Amino acid sequence: MRIGVVTFPGSLDDVDARRAVRIGGNEAVPLWHGDHDLKSVDAVILPGGFSYGDYLRCGAISRFAPVMTEVVEAAGRGLPVLGICNGFQILCESHLLPGALIRNDHRKFVCRDQRLRIENNRTPWTAAYEAGSEITIVLKNGEGGFVADEPTLDRIEGEGRVVARYLQDNPNGSLRDIAGICNERGNVVGLMPHPEHAVEQLTGSGTDGLGFFTTLASEVFQ
Amino acid sequence: MARVVVDVMPKPEILDPQGKAVQGALPRLGFSGVTDVRQGKRFEIEIEGDVTDDVLAEVHKMAETLLSNPVIENYSVHVEGPE
Repeated sequence: MRIGVVTFPGSLDDVDARRAVRIGGNEAVPLWHGDHDLKSVDAVILPGGFSYGDYLRCGAISRFAPVMTEVVEAAGRGLPVLGICNGFQILCESHLLPGALIRNDHRKFVCRDQRLRIENNRTPWTAAYEAGSEITIVLKNGEGGFVADEPTLDRIEGEGRVVARYLQDNPNGSLRDIAGICNERGNVVGLMPHPEHAVEQLTGSGTDGLGFFTTLASEVFQ
Repeated sequence: MARVVVDVMPKPEILDPQGKAVQGALPRLGFSGVTDVRQGKRFEIEIEGDVTDDVLAEVHKMAETLLSNPVIENYSVHVEGPE
């Protein structure tokens, strides 16, 4: 599979994401925020970082980058899209995912190994995991508090669209301990913690994040 | 030239950690009696020509699409007179 990784001005984790894609056995294709071109990739990752300096709101400017026009349109056709951290914020700002991400309730940047439960393994990004499996990957954010109104929260819970949930301490005030969600179709996934930093034994907390990059079981959605 | 101002505030039900931080700092500086602080954003938009209904409609569109996120924020628009 050819997986595109978008670089915005201020992206930090694009190189790690491309590396994770390669370690996961796929081809990593660099995509540029200023291009109206997805280079015929089979999936897209929006990486973490501080695109456009987080000016205005996290992800608010990136949403209007030329490449995002293409991502939004392709996502509507079912292209698998994974937004990690800042990418998750961009997906919410783009209205590809419901809700929003606000400043951590404790007002501090948090960087730590975070335990998660994968609750939805029916997405092209999580099919490598057993439903209910627990993993530990890096979490690092200042604005990772997931919020949405109660009816929206009830709906995404009811539709099984909570992809991952924080275990033990809630690190950022996310409502209902939500760490990641998907759209109705399941092809668009937003996740606040960073699986791309947990793909090699040499660095990080282990390899629990690798599944996000090995799965891409696109046949699930064909 | 005219100035249209867009004020953006976090919705009342949305936690505002920045406002809380400011609120926490005020008593330390000797300001007492503050029961709540909410922090928002103010955009001053300079417009060519007169502020017509069409122009205001455009500003509302700017506010809805870019200046605010309707999921977590409310906005209001007003025209500032010449100084």
